[in-house]
Amino acid sequence: MIGEAVAFYVLAAITLASGVVVATSPNLMHSAIALVPTLLGVTGIYILLNAEFVAGIQVLIYAGGITVLILFVIMLTEGGTGLRVRQRNEQVAIAAAVSAAVAALFIALAGRTPWAQGAGTLPSYTPGAIGQNFLGPNLLLFEGTSVVLLVTLVGAILIARKEAGE
Amino acid sequence: MITLTHYLVLSALLFALGLYAALSRRNAVAMLMGIELMLNAANINLVAFNKYAAPGAIQGQIFALIVITLAACEAAVGLALILAAYRRFETTYVDDLNLMKW
Repeated sequence: MIGEAVAFYVLAAITLASGVVVATSPNLMHSAIALVPTLLGVTGIYILLNAEFVAGIQVLIYAGGITVLILFVIMLTEGGTGLRVRQRNEQVAIAAAVSAAVAALFIALAGRTPWAQGAGTLPSYTPGAIGQNFLGPNLLLFEGTSVVLLVTLVGAILIARKEAGE
Repeated sequence: MITLTHYLVLSALLFALGLYAALSRRNAVAMLMGIELMLNAANINLVAFNKYAAPGAIQGQIFALIVITLAACEAAVGLALILAAYRRFETTYVDDLNLMKW
């Protein structure tokens, strides 16, 4: 139990500290690189929550895929770090106030609500249960996501390709 | 003893960081990174509720997987849009992108 607490606080510290770098760093490359420890910290949180399969998918898609995509686009567009350009708009004060208010509201609500303790136990081997569930009760969701993926593939190629006249 | 509330507080803080990045950044790529942080915060909530509030079902993890998939889709299309806008207007700073059609 004490090990769980230590692991939680270490992972939360990693996640939030690198999240601050992502949100505030004036150097775009630093922001994109700091996204990796943030996502890996969240992966550790998933493992603490007995969701090993979600943790694996998180590493594959987020830390492996999306971060590389973001790095590519930064290098393709800015040609560098964006350090010479102002990175914040004029709404910084409003944005900080709204974010702080949202966080305070969520934390207050999470502390005040008496969450019901559900019955049952998690299956000891979640990937098998997830697969059974995807091809059973959630088949429509699964097929719908496949269609969305296909549309995204075609749409992204269509949007990003060079037009013939250029 | 780590309870559900601990995870909810972590997720609220991560969500606030993402919201701050999405609202205060000028660069479209940096705004997209803020949106990814917010989606991750929602995923922590889903998986935590799955463990503590409904351990008999696996639905929370299923939803988290769907959200991760859709986040990948959103990042791919969003970055393609940023590239297309950069080709046309030579900027990725959203306060300079104020035309619907060139």
